[in-house]
Amino acid sequence: MFISKFSQLGVRMMKGLTKVPVMSAPRTSHFNVVLQPLFCIQRHEPFCSTAADKAQEAGNKEKQKISVTFVDKDGEEHHITVPIGMSMLEAAHENDIELEGACEGSLACSTCHVIVADMEYYNKLEDPTDEENDMLDLAFGLTETSRLGCQVIAKPELDGIRLALPAATRNFAVDGYKPKPH
Amino acid sequence: MSFVRSNMAILKALKLFSKTFSSLSSHPLRVCVVGSGPAGFYTVEKMLKAHERAEVDIIDRLPTPYGLVRSGVAPDHPETKIVTNQFSRVALNERCSFFGNVSLGSSVSLSELREIYNVVVLAYGAESDRVLDIPGEDLTGIHSAREFVWWYNGHPDCRNLAPNLKSTDTVVILGQGNVALDVARILLRPTMELATTDIAFHALAALEESSVRKVYLVGRRGPIQAACTAKELREVLAVKDLYVNIHEADLLKSPKDEEELKNNRIRRRVYELLSKEATSGPSHPTSGQRELHFVFFQKPDRFLDSERGKGHVAGVHFEKTMLRENGDSGKQIAVGTGQFEDLKCGLVLKSIGYKSVPVDGLPFDHHKGIVPNVKGRVLKYSSGNLTQFEGLYVCGWLKRGPTGIIATNLYCAEETVASISEDLEKGVLTSTSTSSKPGREGLLQLLDSRNVRVVSFNDWEKIDTEEKRLGRLRNKQREKLTTWEELQELAMK
Repeated sequence: MFISKFSQLGVRMMKGLTKVPVMSAPRTSHFNVVLQPLFCIQRHEPFCSTAADKAQEAGNKEKQKISVTFVDKDGEEHHITVPIGMSMLEAAHENDIELEGACEGSLACSTCHVIVADMEYYNKLEDPTDEENDMLDLAFGLTETSRLGCQVIAKPELDGIRLALPAATRNFAVDGYKPKPH
Repeated sequence: MSFVRSNMAILKALKLFSKTFSSLSSHPLRVCVVGSGPAGFYTVEKMLKAHERAEVDIIDRLPTPYGLVRSGVAPDHPETKIVTNQFSRVALNERCSFFGNVSLGSSVSLSELREIYNVVVLAYGAESDRVLDIPGEDLTGIHSAREFVWWYNGHPDCRNLAPNLKSTDTVVILGQGNVALDVARILLRPTMELATTDIAFHALAALEESSVRKVYLVGRRGPIQAACTAKELREVLAVKDLYVNIHEADLLKSPKDEEELKNNRIRRRVYELLSKEATSGPSHPTSGQRELHFVFFQKPDRFLDSERGKGHVAGVHFEKTMLRENGDSGKQIAVGTGQFEDLKCGLVLKSIGYKSVPVDGLPFDHHKGIVPNVKGRVLKYSSGNLTQFEGLYVCGWLKRGPTGIIATNLYCAEETVASISEDLEKGVLTSTSTSSKPGREGLLQLLDSRNVRVVSFNDWEKIDTEEKRLGRLRNKQREKLTTWEELQELAMK
């Protein structure tokens, strides 16, 4: 868990150093690319000196990519390639796929909820931690194969994985109207 | 498959149509969102995305944006506040303007807003509290959890709450939801760990001198019905050097309880955590150790006055309860058993729910505590019937009651904005075709004529920068400015 988060930071750092944000199209993802490294420096100060080394490592691995399919709320498919080590949340943002990420991958919200379309692929993932399960508790339209996009990190075995975004509005009508039990 | 495809094609055509519709219309769509918490900002974001001609103003009665992300989310949950990055990007969109220090009801009325804008979305939440309505509720030393939370989060309205943490060692919290758990954690956590957060300076100072050692979290029902989530529970159970007491007898399950657990993942995981805690750890606290007691099946009957009758709370008189199935809903509710007991304490925090407050001219369902609405469309009573209140919408707690997490507002806003889009397509909003509304300019003129000093997003950024600077001096994430005067003065610089 710690290690995977660490390498994510590394990837973010590297992106911040090498990529020039495209300001002509101010989409969320570009802002993220600019903001996340800053955020990392502020909040994870003790780690940042070594994060650069990790970025190097991540850089070597980046040549290797897997293919991932996102199925959006309207059922439309988006085929993308994702470098090994990158989270599905970041991958979605890089490719302008509408996956929310309110807490920017810090495991404090459930907005990057994705549903793994095939059980076969779901079983290839490491079990969710208690912390991820705590957040999944609050996800809308939770299924047996639900995960948080920020916790699904691209690895070779996941090549070909399909991730569906929950049809939020439809589920809201069911889940959102529970009166407070008091 | 081809059927699905053709459906999708229709859907896309409809989307295109609605975008074209609003962009062909000669006037911009003037939208005002009241309240700049998660419900307000998500509404703005969705509105800007759905309608290219929409110009959206978001107003707040405070000089600061973000609502409960600033004044509700606990100071030791900085990750939860990261969402403000997203909200600030929305505020900086060229078609969006933030106007702080503008209060609906006193700076501008609802009918004025409806004159100025094509669409008004109310997302001002719930700024009051439910009451127990039992004897002694007005004794000093009894606060709502909301007030206490606002106090430690530096909300200017509760700057001077001054809860007395020095003359008692025992606090009773009524309620077992996440707010109750937050409050318990703040009272019990070593202050060293809070010192680097954005907790208000006055609260940190008071907590450092606190004599509180024991906190009781009291619920009317059992551990299966506790309203908290696993994350918050896990956190409070993990507070350093804390003795936690849960009676194992309270954990016994009835067949009905089993059924409730089976159908609810959150309840199941909360129950598991409580059970595990009840059977592990020492059976007695060590001397001087802080204590957290989970008390189930007790409902407050009245508050006890201090012996000298000085009007200060000295304890709570509880009635033991049992669960009974409610005929209509099938839910298990707490009913009194006629057995009573007292719990002595010097401070009571009521965490039994927030309550929305209506403004003049706004239909309001006092029983449910929400604005009557269908998917965000406000309904009004006219000649005995409920009809749509043209151009008026709600989102967030005002629409669905004070429950849920930040993300709930994302879906809530999606729904409200979908209703607005649908109404625009159907031509329900007559004002969009007949005449141009003054929008932003009109609002600013009106506020200027009333000498309301508007705080822009740029002004807020001055406050933000100063708070961060003050925080750095004290090795904190942020040192909030906590009085209206300080906030306004800095904004005006």
